[in-house]
Amino acid sequence: MSHSFTLDGQETAFVPGQTIMEAAQAAGVYIPHLCHNPDYAPHGSCRVCLVGVGRRQVSACTTRVMEGMEVDNASESVQANRRAVLQMLFAEGNHICPACERSGNCQLQAVAYYTGMLAPHYPPFFPRRPVDASHPDFIIDFGRCILCELCVRASRDHDGKRVFAISGRGLASHLVIDSPSGLLGDSCFAAADRAAHVCPTGAILPKHKGFERPIGERLYDREPISKVGDLRAHEDEVD
Amino acid sequence: MTDKPRVATTSLCGCFGCHMSLLDIDERILQLVQLVRFDRTPLTDIKTIGECDLGLIEGGVANAENVEVLREFRRHCKVLVAVGACAVNGGIPAMRNQFTLKECLEESYVGGVGVHNPGIPNDPEIPLLLNQVHPIHEVVKVDYFLPGCPPSADTLWTFLTELLAGQPIAFPYTQIHYD
Repeated sequence: MSHSFTLDGQETAFVPGQTIMEAAQAAGVYIPHLCHNPDYAPHGSCRVCLVGVGRRQVSACTTRVMEGMEVDNASESVQANRRAVLQMLFAEGNHICPACERSGNCQLQAVAYYTGMLAPHYPPFFPRRPVDASHPDFIIDFGRCILCELCVRASRDHDGKRVFAISGRGLASHLVIDSPSGLLGDSCFAAADRAAHVCPTGAILPKHKGFERPIGERLYDREPISKVGDLRAHEDEVD
Repeated sequence: MTDKPRVATTSLCGCFGCHMSLLDIDERILQLVQLVRFDRTPLTDIKTIGECDLGLIEGGVANAENVEVLREFRRHCKVLVAVGACAVNGGIPAMRNQFTLKECLEESYVGGVGVHNPGIPNDPEIPLLLNQVHPIHEVVKVDYFLPGCPPSADTLWTFLTELLAGQPIAFPYTQIHYD
């Protein structure tokens, strides 16, 4: 027996157990997201994949589809809430795109373009977070971290290393590194780790190749992420 | 021709790149001067602002003079627009917010590489620096934002022509970028 739900008015098939995100992707419908990566367990922390279900808005990556469910992925109210979530992510970090090597290849930026964000709107925090350049192959700019925990999950679940963790609570939450000095260079992190290649922003960056591809010719410079797809599908071109 | 909309522009803590991008509309500037009359702007070198319909602000707010000029623009402009990354979120100059003002000044004028005659300038004519660089929407109400470093000539052209025509402003994907 086949199962179906309604996605933006379209009858859409799903397999019981699938999340809204998985069913939408299987049907070729893009739902914007940052902390979601099909290789790892859903996290539901970035809240960018908000969709309307009945009178509530839920994260598509952590909500299972139910028979007959009506999901709103395209209305202006859903898109406006996603935009507000992104504006908060921009305002609470240091996202100076013109100075970032990841610009144009950045999923945070691409999703913000997709939702039509023109400015961060909120007063910026300008948090003081020093850059860690101690590793020979990678650099970490903590000011660009959005706490999606993809590096945490990749290091723990795939690399078996647990190099990263989130410490602190609420506004004080921050990424920490498992090494005696707290520096990446003193940890067992390696360029071949999955954790080195899953960051959706410019927080974890490879050294020595920042501007190999010029601005204007990068992944999301000409076409939206809904057509281009996630960084995950383009790792060879980016890292 | 006094009924043409009046436009003023200024650069606060910016690099004039956004003004260069405006000039980059090339020969379309001849169409633009048919549509608007320029008031205070580096393009006309008029130093005081009159009552304007549109104010374009490049750059963030980094010193006391920036605050004064920005407030003056807000008082005189019906529509005020943040043009470019620095006006929108502080941009490159806001990278100094990672350090205290004292650290910045000492690096530049006292202990930095290649400094001769060290000493922090204190001439009263130099506007006092703020502790941090701010986007302009932290100081005044802003009506519209044009991101980009700089916003491309086509972005500025789309914005100006659609605004002046009273149309809803919609950009093609390639015209909105943060870098």
